[in-house]
This record gives sequence, structure tokens and C-alpha cells, in this order.
Amino acid sequence: MLAQCRRAKTWRPTEAPRTFHQLQATNLTKPPACGSIQHMTDDLLRLTPSGLYCAAGDFYIDPWQPVERAVITHAHADHARPGSQRYLTTPTGAPVLAPRLDPGASIRTLAYGERLTLHDVTLSLHPAGHLLGSAQVRVEHKGEVWVVSGDYKLEPDQTCEPFEPVRCHTFITESTFGLPIYRWQPQAEVFAEINEWWRANQAAGRTSVLYAYALGKAQRLLAGIDPAIGPILVHGAVLPFVQRYRDAGIDQPDVLYANGENARAHRGRALVVAPPSAGGMAGWLRKFGPASQAFASGWMTIRGARRRRAIDRGFVLSDHADWPGLLAAIRATGAARIGVTHGYTGQMVRYLREQGWQAEVIPTRFEGEPDAEIGDAGPADAEERASGEVD
Amino acid sequence: MRLFTQLYTELDETNRTGEKVAALVRYFAAAPAADAAWALYFLTGQRFKRVMSATLLRTWVAEEAGLPRWLVEESYDAVGDVAETLALLLPEQGDGSDLPLHRIVEERIAPLRTLDEAGQRALVTRTWAEMTTPQRFVWHKLITGSFRVGVGRTLVVRALAQVAGIDPAVMAHRIMGAWEPTAADFRALLDPDTQQADHSQPYPFYLAYPLEGAVESLGPRDAWQIEWKWDGIRAQVIKRQGDVLVWTRGEDLVTDSYPEMQALGAVLPDGVVLDGELLVWQEGAPLPFNVLQQRLGRKQISARLLKEAPVILMTYDLLEVAGADLRALPLAARRARLEQLAATLPADAAFALSPIVAAPAWEAVAALREASRERGAEGFMLKRLASSYGVGRVKGDWWKWKIDPFTVDAVMIYAQRGHGRRASLYTDYTFGVWEGDELTPIAKAYSGLTDEEIRQVDAFVRGHTTERFGPVRAVKPELVFELAFEGIQASSRHKSGIALRFPRMARWRRDKQPADADTLATLQSLLESVSR
Ligand SMILES: [Zn+2]
Ligand SMILES: [Zn+2]
Repeated sequence: MLAQCRRAKTWRPTEAPRTFHQLQATNLTKPPACGSIQHMTDDLLRLTPSGLYCAAGDFYIDPWQPVERAVITHAHADHARPGSQRYLTTPTGAPVLAPRLDPGASIRTLAYGERLTLHDVTLSLHPAGHLLGSAQVRVEHKGEVWVVSGDYKLEPDQTCEPFEPVRCHTFITESTFGLPIYRWQPQAEVFAEINEWWRANQAAGRTSVLYAYALGKAQRLLAGIDPAIGPILVHGAVLPFVQRYRDAGIDQPDVLYANGENARAHRGRALVVAPPSAGGMAGWLRKFGPASQAFASGWMTIRGARRRRAIDRGFVLSDHADWPGLLAAIRATGAARIGVTHGYTGQMVRYLREQGWQAEVIPTRFEGEPDAEIGDAGPADAEERASGEVD
Repeated sequence: MRLFTQLYTELDETNRTGEKVAALVRYFAAAPAADAAWALYFLTGQRFKRVMSATLLRTWVAEEAGLPRWLVEESYDAVGDVAETLALLLPEQGDGSDLPLHRIVEERIAPLRTLDEAGQRALVTRTWAEMTTPQRFVWHKLITGSFRVGVGRTLVVRALAQVAGIDPAVMAHRIMGAWEPTAADFRALLDPDTQQADHSQPYPFYLAYPLEGAVESLGPRDAWQIEWKWDGIRAQVIKRQGDVLVWTRGEDLVTDSYPEMQALGAVLPDGVVLDGELLVWQEGAPLPFNVLQQRLGRKQISARLLKEAPVILMTYDLLEVAGADLRALPLAARRARLEQLAATLPADAAFALSPIVAAPAWEAVAALREASRERGAEGFMLKRLASSYGVGRVKGDWWKWKIDPFTVDAVMIYAQRGHGRRASLYTDYTFGVWEGDELTPIAKAYSGLTDEEIRQVDAFVRGHTTERFGPVRAVKPELVFELAFEGIQASSRHKSGIALRFPRMARWRRDKQPADADTLATLQSLLESVSR
């Protein structure tokens, strides 16, 4: 269902568009000085030292510091930080969010599409297709509608609710893979490649170690691969989320905890799903005997990104929108004004402006410092962070 | 193109030597000889000079994909490899080209050389439409002259030897020789009959490892022959069946560039192979390497250059006499035969016998080594007298014991992307030293850091770019590195007036501020002291 769209009556022109070079210069001086986005001060949502803030409704979206009221798009570490007084997220998102916060944190849920009134602001959450319970946040105030996408993808994913386009006047989109080199193959092809790699490894007596972010990607992989090929082991960081997905009614194959005993018992045959950081731990990999290592991520599009990690295979599978996906999502909102955050923001903004949109960069504090183990934003080590950085 | 692309992908995807060899064996066993010949040509590092301008390709890709040109550049900036960027940007891939590799070369590469721009574009667009993304990538590499694959010649040799069922040493010898990428030559390379070796072929060069521990650890001094280590071009001079051939260690046939060696060949008996170093030699001493550099890669040598930069062979070893392979003999015996041969040569031949260092004890040898630079040498070669002439680099019998390099503390001022697996990282840096309040560039260096350090410097570069000049970024002058280098020469081509030889990063001096870096005056006085 598409949310209502009314043309904004009170459209405040932003400052004259900056040139790309000015944009680049801004992006090079980081971290962004808070409040540096002057022209957004009177906007419905504006950037503050704690993150994106809605003054009219008195809440933050994915704040990066503890605040009173936090609306969380999804439970990845670069969006969900502990310490706030109250959290709001979706009913399916809450169980995966809870382990990320302090014990006993107050989490309220709001079903997709349901409306919540805060002062004179109407807030609703809409599926983002990124992972279980991930949401876009729609904010309406006196007829003006803003949508904050959080992270999203358009491709169907059997482990989460499908992305829903929401009409709005201002759309704040992520742009993690905001370059035209990023175009995903159909996921069925990728899963077929993974299955084939697993079988070939078995034939060669090697364990298949597949690195993927512990929350979201790992569960999507588990649901997509062919469990008939052999035993599946998962790392301790992945295991609890598998259970929570199951609790939410998402199909997950039978998995074993990748402890020493199971590792020894299933050497040479098993598929092991683990976060990227596990491979760096001395001794962890050794318990699986001879192994082939692979990484499933949108970053694997680029050969250099795989080769630098010295892994054997890279599978291009992302929970973020690719370039055509980002543009399709932007178009579907009908928004005239686009805020761009995360990833290749400068490039995306320049492109959108050339195509006639009013676009600007919204800096994020987490650019360049996502949690290596569970951060979803992709870059799992310094060099990839650098390549995902706007410059 | 399918088989070759698959081979490329397999080689690219594994770091295991065994798997690389297995992939090569599978390929060479399956590919028709006409294709395998070209594959071998490319895998051994030979390539076409750029057939297509990468700039034109970028423009066409932008048009095909409906993207602004700047976005193609931004994409390249993220990927770091033109061939790969263009393959990723092109719209909808085709079903894949079934043309075999030799026909790709004949029909989709060679014609590009002579076609006009419109013709080139038509052929390129047609080829794009047929190919898958990985095929496009490999083809882009071939037509832009940038095809490289992470597989050493030894692995290719091993695989081919396995396919042919012959000794790898014989295969190494064959591959080193002159062959053309044709089906006939490829079949000849695989010929199981190993009797008739091509008379033009050099022997694989035997190489030395750098000495690690103390020199005393090599045992008694009298088991070793010690020679000066010269800074020239390692080469074999061959005289067989009346022909003279000069091969360098890079396995290039360079006979035409060295008329002096042809003259030397004329006075050598037939069936002889000499191993030595090409040096520019005047009045009993070598001239610096940059003088020799003027002689490289030239087919036509002017009379003036011949006079100003005359080349001799500083001869180390004798590998063949009267057509008989001497490599299995101990060094002492080969040296005796070499000395006998030297005695028969006329005094004005472009030939010198590598002098043997007489210093009787390791201590005296070490003391003498300190004087290497005065002789124009860069240290010693230590060779076990009992050693045979091996293949490649083998530890134990031959060591190079180089003098310590010079060092200078310099500030990083520019950065550029690396190549291959470092293509998306900033790994090539330019360094400056102080001249007044300005940093004058003195050297470029791209090796010597750990992967972790490279990552940190890369992040620094991205965060501290002050200006961009195409692929080069000017960075805030903040990081100080200790550069090591082997020599220093005056140079009119460099703004600093100085050229460093083999500069590399010895250490990242995190303990130093830019102000602590050296000055140009320091290097100038070093230059003076070196040139005496
Ligand atoms: Zn995320
Ligand atoms: Zn994110």
C-alpha cells in the first residue's frame, strides 16, 4: 500500500546548490561538524550532534548517542546504539534489537503501516527489505511528508518483509552502493554458485567457510542454500539470531554450533557460516582442517576487495540496494528533495542533481567506523571502509 | 574465449600454488594448440602494446551505459582497474563469446590496430554485445595492454611440463627460447622428444639469495669464491653454430642492442655460453647504472653512444664449452675452464673476467666490503666453490651480500593507486625533502610497508587529500618515512637535480614530525661525497 502523498505547500527552498567540488571538500573534512547543514535547520528532520532529529515530534531516528526517544530502522550496529531512554521499532525487529541494547531497555513496537501521533507529528514504519523487521520511517507534519529509508533493498528476500515504496516530499536514502558498478545478479544465481562451491569443496575434502554479517545476511544465506548438501555449522555470533528468526516464523535449516567438537566431526564436508572477523582469530579457522574461505557481500563486486582479503571466493550478495535499485526506490517515492547518507553520497548527490532532483549529502557519524563484526554497512575492515567512504 | 576466461578466473580466485598449476594443466590439456599458444604468450607476460586507447573506451562505455563521463571516473576511482570498471559498467551482458582465443586475437584484437575510430567502435560494440562480464574484463585487459595474471613463469613451466610429460628444466629452457604464438610452435614446445634443443636458447639463470645471518655462518672461508657484485644487467652470451645471441635475465633477446657483444661473439669459439653482467666500462671501472640505461631497448645504437657508453661482459661463469653443458661441474672447475678461455681472447675484446676477491679471512672480506662503493660495486657475491650451476633461486650455495643502503627521512607529498591486488589502495607515494620552506620531490616508492601500514596510509591519503591531479593526489605533508636507496646520481630530469637508485620505504617514522625530515642540502652533499 502506498502512503498518501500531498504536494507540500510550504516548500522552503534550500541554499543554492553547491558545486561538486565544494561537496567533495566538505566530505574530506570529517567528521562533519554537527549543525553544519545550516539549510536544514528549519526542516522537519535536521541533523544534530546526536543524529537525525524531529523537533516537531521530539524524537530521533537511529541516533548515534543516547537520547530520550529513539526510532530505530533496524538492529545493525551503525543504526542501533545502546543507552537511549526509549526505543521504538517494529514487532519483528524488536527481538533482534534487544540483544544489541542494555538489558531491560524499553522497546515499544509499532506495526508496519500503523500510525502513531507524537505532538502534531504522525509517524509510521514501512518495510525496508533489509533484514527481519527493518523499517523506513515516515514522518508527516502539517501535510509535509518525509521518509527516512534506513538500509534497504528491493530484491525479494524470504527472510524479511518486502520493501514498500512510500510516497513523500523528502526522501532520505542510504547510498552504500551508490555507484553504477554495483548491479546485483539475481540471487538464485548466487545461491547456485554457493551450492556449487560447497559441493566442489566437499569433493576436494575441504570445509567451506562462508563469511557473512551475523545478523541478516547469515540468515538469508542459510535460508537460500541447499541444506541437503551437507551439515551446516554456524559461529557463536550467528547462532542466537538464527533462533530469533525461527521464532518469528522464518525458515532456517538445522544448524550446529561451530565448536571444536562439531568442527572436527564435520571437517571437509560442512558449510560454516561465520562473521568476517572470525577468520582473523588465531586458531579459529584451523579447527576445520583444510578449508576454502568465501565472503558474501556486495563489496565482492570488486576483485581487489576479495583479493586483498586473501580469500578464495567472493559471492556478490547484498542486503543493500544496488545502483538501479537506489534510483528505482528514489523515483518511486515521488520526492523532489533527496537527502543522501552512507557510502557514495557525493557521487549520488551530483548524479541526482544532474537528473533534476534537489539533493544534498547528509553526513553520518558512522561513515568509516562500522562495527567490524556485525555492522552491516559492508566495509568490514579499514581498507574497505576507505573504499566505501565518500571522497 | 570461454576456456581462457575460465582459466583467468580460476587463477585469480586461488592463492594456492597447487590449484593454480591444476587449473593450468586443465586448460593446456583441453585447449586447441592454436589457442594454447596465445594463452602461453599472455601468461608468460608478453602482451600487445596498447591496441585501444583506454580513454576512448571510457567514453564509449559512458555512452553505452547512459552515464555521465565523471561517473565513469568516480567508478574507476572505486575499482582501481580500468578494464574491470568498464566491464562492470557496461549494460546487459551477452550470452558469451564462443570464439576461440586465437580467433579473438585475429578478429577482435589485431584489426583494432588498423581500423579508424568508427571502425574500432563498431568492432568493440559488437564484441561487447557478445561477451559476458568476465569475458569483457579479460578482453579489455588484452586490448589495453594491461593483461597480468598472478602466476609465475615457474608455475606455467611446471604445468606445461606435466602436460607434455617432460622434465620441467627442459620445459623452462624451451620456453625461454624463441617461439611464436602459433599452433606449430606450441606443439613443438610440448614435443616429448627432448633430444634436440633449440640452439638459440639460454640456460635458466641461477640466482642468489640475500645473505641473512653473519657471514661467518657460511663456514670456512676457503670453501667460497668471492666476487664483487656489479650493478648492471645480468646476461648470457651464446655462440652456437656460428650465431651470437645475447639474452638478459628478463629472458629478452637483446643481441641487436649490443654490437660489442656481437664482436665478442665473433672471437669466441663455437659452442660457448658465458654468464655475466653487461656493464658500461671505462678505464677499468663501471659507470653508473643510469649510463647503461641509455643503452636499453635500443635497436639502433649511434656511434656516439657506442663511444660514450661502451658495454662489456663482466664474466662470472662458463656454462657451455664445445657444445657441452658444464652446469653440473663444480664452480671451481668451471672457473678454471673460464680462465683458460679468457686467455685465448684478444685484449680489446668486450670481455672482463670477474675478479676474485683474495681477502683471506671473513674479517678481511667484511672490511673490504665497506669499500664496495668506491669500486662501483654494491657488495659481494659469495659462491660455494663446490656448487653446480642451478636453476632459479635456490638457497645455500650462492649468496649476495650487499652493502647497507643509504637512507634519508622524507615526507610523503603525493599518492597514487597501486596495481594488481592493490589497485584500489593508495600504495605508490612521492616523497619530498626540505628546500627552504618547500618540500622538493626526490623519489617515488611503492614497496616496503606491511599490508596493515598500507591500509593506514591509504586511509590517511583519503582523509587528507589537498588536491587531485588525475590519478594523483596531493596530500597534507604529515607522514615521515625513512627511505633506503642504493645509489645517488645527478640528474637534470628531476627538479631536485638528484636521482635515487632503488628507493623504497624502509620504515614509517611515526616518531618524526615533517620538520624533522632531511633537507635537499644533505642529499647534495651525499651526492658530492659519492662522486668524489
Ligand atoms: Zn543495515
Ligand atoms: Zn547501515
